[in-house]
Amino acid sequence: MPVLTERKTQPQYDVIVVGSGAGGGMAAIILALNGVKVLMIEAGRNYEPVKETPMFNTPEMAPMRGAPTPDRYFGFYDSNIGGWQVPGEPYTNKQGSEGDFWWWRARMLGGRTNHWGRISLRFGEFDFKPKSRDGLGVDWPMSYADIAPWYDRVEQLIGVYGENDGIANAPNSSPGVLLPPPRPRVGELLAKKAGRKLGVPVVAAHRAVLSQPMDWKNLPKILFPNNPKAQEILGKDMMSRAACFWATHCVRGCSIRANFQSTTVLLPPALATGNLDIITDAMVREVTMDDSGKATGVHYIDKITRRDAVAKARVVILAASTCETSRILLNSKSRDAAGMANSSGQVGKNLMDSVGTRLGAHIPAMEDLPPMNEDGAGGLHTYVPWWLVNDHAKLGFARGYHIEMGGGRQMPEVKTFGFLDSTSPGVYGRKLKEEARRYYGSQFSFSGRGEMIPNKDCYAELDPNVVDQWGIPVLRFHWKWSEHEIKQAEHMQQTFAALLEGMGGKAKPQSGADAIQRPGEIIHEVGTARMGDKASDSVTNQYCQTWDVKNLFLMDGAVLPSNPDKNPTLTILALAWRSSEWLMEEMKRGNL
Amino acid sequence: MSDSSPISRRHALRGLIGGAAGVAAAPAIAAPNHTEPAPPVHASRFVFHDPDFTQPVKFPWEKLLSAEELAVATALADLILPKDETSPAASEVGVPDFINEWISADYPEHQEDREVIRGGLGWLSTESFKRFTQRFEELTSAQQSQIADDICDLSQASLEHRVGAAFFRRFRQLCVGGYYSHSQTWRSLGYIGNISVGGPYPGVPAEVIEKLGLQDVV
Repeated sequence: MPVLTERKTQPQYDVIVVGSGAGGGMAAIILALNGVKVLMIEAGRNYEPVKETPMFNTPEMAPMRGAPTPDRYFGFYDSNIGGWQVPGEPYTNKQGSEGDFWWWRARMLGGRTNHWGRISLRFGEFDFKPKSRDGLGVDWPMSYADIAPWYDRVEQLIGVYGENDGIANAPNSSPGVLLPPPRPRVGELLAKKAGRKLGVPVVAAHRAVLSQPMDWKNLPKILFPNNPKAQEILGKDMMSRAACFWATHCVRGCSIRANFQSTTVLLPPALATGNLDIITDAMVREVTMDDSGKATGVHYIDKITRRDAVAKARVVILAASTCETSRILLNSKSRDAAGMANSSGQVGKNLMDSVGTRLGAHIPAMEDLPPMNEDGAGGLHTYVPWWLVNDHAKLGFARGYHIEMGGGRQMPEVKTFGFLDSTSPGVYGRKLKEEARRYYGSQFSFSGRGEMIPNKDCYAELDPNVVDQWGIPVLRFHWKWSEHEIKQAEHMQQTFAALLEGMGGKAKPQSGADAIQRPGEIIHEVGTARMGDKASDSVTNQYCQTWDVKNLFLMDGAVLPSNPDKNPTLTILALAWRSSEWLMEEMKRGNL
Repeated sequence: MSDSSPISRRHALRGLIGGAAGVAAAPAIAAPNHTEPAPPVHASRFVFHDPDFTQPVKFPWEKLLSAEELAVATALADLILPKDETSPAASEVGVPDFINEWISADYPEHQEDREVIRGGLGWLSTESFKRFTQRFEELTSAQQSQIADDICDLSQASLEHRVGAAFFRRFRQLCVGGYYSHSQTWRSLGYIGNISVGGPYPGVPAEVIEKLGLQDVV
């Protein structure tokens, strides 16, 4: 993929985009397809999925059979450079924090879109007005109706499988938008059957994976009706994306471009316009500003040469990931006492992750089944949307969670057979192999992803004492769960146990406090520069434009005022597209 | 939990292998605690930070087991997972080398395993010598089994065999993990994925739907 290996940027761009993941990638393609000259700056290295993805690599081709290590938490083949620790780039947790925040970072072109779960759920109508509904947190400065058309567009651009179920607050897509979902696996059908008795709806998952080839003839015309060049570029690109061939896990990335990654779906057509330059290995430290209070560009460290450099543009978009974007703002200098675009004091505040717990069990019905290929779409085929959306009075906690699930005959890994300790103690020899064959594929587990309420104790700020290897002050986190999250975690455990027992397994649910995963562990952190309808208590307007600096936009998870149980990537994509269109209109109107 | 009570990586990684069924699907995770510094910056591309998948990937550290230790490990691995009609012996799919890599890795969890495995291999040699005046790998399989029967179940082991039994438990976990993570064992096991399939995903075979009574949820 052509990037600026010579590192010769132009003297001036229309727009600088910091970050190349979901938000940055979407901003870049929309702007570039419309003739805007864009410079994208990425802190990680160039990454070429078509060449680099270890698609069919087997565990024995990896050190220690590909088992997870502290440096590669999701296994050797996880498509991520970075993780919860990045060499030379520390972060800290503040004294008094109840639980250390784990900050996941990707240092590669495409950011975290290379490894994410591809779960693509729309926020629903209640999700945009949570405070109006239960008095907690804040409402969004927009409604579901405002963003619904953009969800349709994003789903058509990237390709999402799923079904319309008509479940409250789990919106339908417009007819014809979703791709057909793959058939459920055995465990997923058993879960559906168990769920039916419990009133827990198991329905088709929504994931950004092509379950069939894209409609490359029609989609470009629908998406970019008055833009022949965009249609031509996208038509070619969509034609060259292959449908899923039901093998290899999406966490490795996808060399045939069947799933969504910024590097396979957004950046190639954006580069094909000739309007996008990308510079990698460039770590932005701050946004620069002139005397009039306008952003002029960014100051970055060229990591290869360890030289400071400046790039200039009319407009700056930060899409560096929720916490990194906030860090850049806090490290920038303006008339604000505390960083840039921070007259509200909200930058770094309202940090949220998803509430996560998991529970699994051995399911006897899944023992000794005939071998069948359960690789499937490299992720879940079914999920449970939050089904108690009108029952909060009796639940004792606000908001809700969705349920993800998995198990069965997945590719055997080093840790797959840990259950033999309990199923087959003392066994060795031929008998051990018989036991392994009998029990292989009979494990199934559920994971919850729930909504957290923003609270004053969860935030990020600059650490006054610590800098990273580039000399840039690092973030320091502070965290405290509220009772809402702990009770929700408890409810998850009880629900998972009921489902597992309904499937014939024996489950041991934990208490909410024990089961809840660590802050940051779900990697859905959002909220540290939230949007709102007034400058006094939010950082941006509904178009991701900062109130204080008119030509500075934030297009990643930082702007989310709440963190619904639905994974945030699809919404980040939709917001970035909508905001980029508005940005271009503002440019045309002469306001930027 | 704050500055005063670090959660170390080794604690977070514990349970990676041999956990209850309930955590079988959990990703292995480690605490990025503030009391632990960020990992050091490598001058060149380090295989666990940024592997180059366009090249054969190499284990980055020296492998620590001696030839003698490996001989004992090989004999025990093949006793635990012998060749049968449909699948190879542990040593035929590199299990001893996998264990050697595992205990040689420069991570705290692996250093703990190094002590357990190395000490256990030594314990086994001595036990063989005491009973049969020979090294473990020189024993007949009946003699090897006589020792293994005394240590294969930690909950049943007598006091004098506790060290051997703790070792056996961990060694068996690593054996099974190394064995079934080799693609040559998959067909016998019943894993038939990792191949491309054209058209729509086929779903669950009709016979399985019927066997499990799932007709009403398909």
